[in-house]
Amino acid sequence: MRHSSLGQPMSGTSRRTVLRGLSGAALLGAGVPLLSACAGSGSGTDSKTVTVGSNASDAVPKKAYGDVYAAFTKRSGIKVDLNIKDHGTFQEQINSYLQGTPDDVFQWFAGYRMQFFAGKGLASPIDDVWKTIGGNFPSAMHDLSKGQDGKYYMVPLTTSPWAVFYRKSVFRQYGYEVPTTWDAYVALCKQMKKDGLVPIAFGDKDAWPAMGSFDQINFRLNGYDFHVELMAGKASWTDAKVRKTFDTWAETLPYHQEGAVGRTWQDAAQTLVAKKAGMYMLGMFVAQQFTDKADLDDLDFFAFPEIDPAYGQDTVEAPTDGIMLSKKPKNHAGSVKLLEFLGTPEAEEIYLKADPSLIAASTKADTSTYSTLQKKGYDMIAQAKHLTQFMDRDSRPDFTSTVMQPALQKFVRDPKDIDSLLSSIERQKKTIFASS
Amino acid sequence: MSIDILTKSPEAAAEPPRGVPSKKRVPQGHRRLLTRRDRLTLGLMAGVPTILHVALVWVTALASIALAFTTWDGIGFDSIKWVGLQNFRELFDSNPQFWPAVQHNIIWFVVLILIPTPFGLLLAVQLDKNIRFSRVYQTAFFLPVVVSLAVTGFVWQLVYNPDTGLINSLIGANKPGHYIDWIGDPNLNLWAVLVAACWRHTGYMMILYLAGLKGVDPSLREASSLDGANEWQTFKNVIFPTLRPTNTVVLVVTIIEALRAFDLVFVFNKGAQGTELLSILVTNNIIGESSRIGYGSAIAVVLLVISLAVIIPYLISTFRKERSA
Repeated sequence: MRHSSLGQPMSGTSRRTVLRGLSGAALLGAGVPLLSACAGSGSGTDSKTVTVGSNASDAVPKKAYGDVYAAFTKRSGIKVDLNIKDHGTFQEQINSYLQGTPDDVFQWFAGYRMQFFAGKGLASPIDDVWKTIGGNFPSAMHDLSKGQDGKYYMVPLTTSPWAVFYRKSVFRQYGYEVPTTWDAYVALCKQMKKDGLVPIAFGDKDAWPAMGSFDQINFRLNGYDFHVELMAGKASWTDAKVRKTFDTWAETLPYHQEGAVGRTWQDAAQTLVAKKAGMYMLGMFVAQQFTDKADLDDLDFFAFPEIDPAYGQDTVEAPTDGIMLSKKPKNHAGSVKLLEFLGTPEAEEIYLKADPSLIAASTKADTSTYSTLQKKGYDMIAQAKHLTQFMDRDSRPDFTSTVMQPALQKFVRDPKDIDSLLSSIERQKKTIFASS
Repeated sequence: MSIDILTKSPEAAAEPPRGVPSKKRVPQGHRRLLTRRDRLTLGLMAGVPTILHVALVWVTALASIALAFTTWDGIGFDSIKWVGLQNFRELFDSNPQFWPAVQHNIIWFVVLILIPTPFGLLLAVQLDKNIRFSRVYQTAFFLPVVVSLAVTGFVWQLVYNPDTGLINSLIGANKPGHYIDWIGDPNLNLWAVLVAACWRHTGYMMILYLAGLKGVDPSLREASSLDGANEWQTFKNVIFPTLRPTNTVVLVVTIIEALRAFDLVFVFNKGAQGTELLSILVTNNIIGESSRIGYGSAIAVVLLVISLAVIIPYLISTFRKERSA
């Protein structure tokens, strides 16, 4: 017993050791070979194979991507060697993965998250690919695929919008109308509460859903440009505009589902499924929780209501996923061919056939097989003047995860004392954005 | 036996033996006992673990301390920037989660020492009386210790889930208006997790005390009963004082448990509002796609300093005792 009690303090140290190892530990050099050991099977050296680092570990996207790569092999004769990692693990390790010996191409997210690795020289520009595929994409997608140096770094594949979801039958039953302005939205909340419904379903246990609420209110109230500046760390969080965003948000907090910080988004979605909640502001993936076909057909959504008429509903939050080229691909020519294929409408159609919860990034892809929900989402994105990605994709992830997530949880739980919260955010933001 | 080889610094031992192979020299004294091969084997046996230990424990710990004075996003060595004490200044002044985390680690310790420790002792004393089904009880109480804390966290999450969990479903506290948010409410969630932690810690303490009690000389009990002491008096004046070494172990184990508390909370609510812990702040800052390794290391260093402040006095007093014995 004495021995084990002495052995224990080591485990505190060794936990940090492991963490350090995971997070790149280039110091030891141990983390990198470990990670590269699981990257690819080593057969990627011949020119007939392209290796792909994939985070599509869930069944549906795994099959969908598999179909797309199979179609590419059939067409070009180039083999695709897949290296699939758990979705969350892939994200946590991306840093050391890209610094080690990554696969030729890898799946990733658009926005600041893509630009960050491009700026660090961990991805190759693919302007030549865009010369071929450029015509397949609307201008908003062009902007999303560029790094801060103006070069293209990503081929976007799928996207899906954030909006306010509701059940048609509930709106019919109570005679509600879709609100297009903030006042109508608040009035609807009041009415729903009177009718015994939870007006707005909400779960922020995973700490990211509240970021979506902030984004919507901020770009409706202050416009796309200010939102981008704020996310880039240029505008100040103590600006009166930000204060107004929080005040506006606080106005609806009494109509949000109680105890949000202890609830996952899935549990919150279940209250919408069960018709106990009237509305739910979330991404289109909320449809995954509607497992019954009849319930899914009953699901509908509307764009987040207008707050300032100067901006209307011109901005849509539409996180986009795509593929990037690593810094030193072993098979450059083959990778370019694969990326060009992924930029075609056919590739997107093959993907969406197996995963109908998303929308093609290309406007040329065939929409005839889309569900009503997909079509509506497609129109919303196509008509948008600006697309945003999501707070943790539009801003520095170290800032959003260590500062914004706890700060927004604090606000949601206790919306008093906004000023001190905002000055605390601003103080922490300054040191993080100054660090590199 | 050749003590000098064993006490040689392991790195030196790992080196190929020098100057031995000349055949002319007749091996003398204890050297004869070890062939070249023996020495090589011994060298490897002592050297490889030492190198691993130094590389994986000491180098990383020292690197962590060095990194605490830098900012680094983990990409390439050229992005490491020396910032002196800035990480610590920022930590103490402007991180809204730091002081709550320190406070919660302390609460964790106080609760573990005040509730499960005496309770574990009570259970151990009862089980030591060789009551019927003693082994069944022992297993039942010890079971939570065997289960991984991550699993424990998951199970308790099912109990505490505010919408569909056991407690709220039973008492009907999952309706709007009278809603108890066990996981999200900062006035409740730390205590909710602590119940789970205590549930596990009791079994641990019980086993430690049981081992201590088994070591108590039966003649002591006999003597005290001959002197006419009742059960409580025997325990208080005879048995408990002999458990002194066990109490020291219990104290150290509990301090360590409080400092390394992590898994349960991470599974429960990732250290959100009300359950911040130092270990979780370290993780949140270091793990991820663009990490703040310098800042995270600074928190780790604070944790290390607290651990050392507790462990060093313990080690000193233990070694002093051994030397005087």
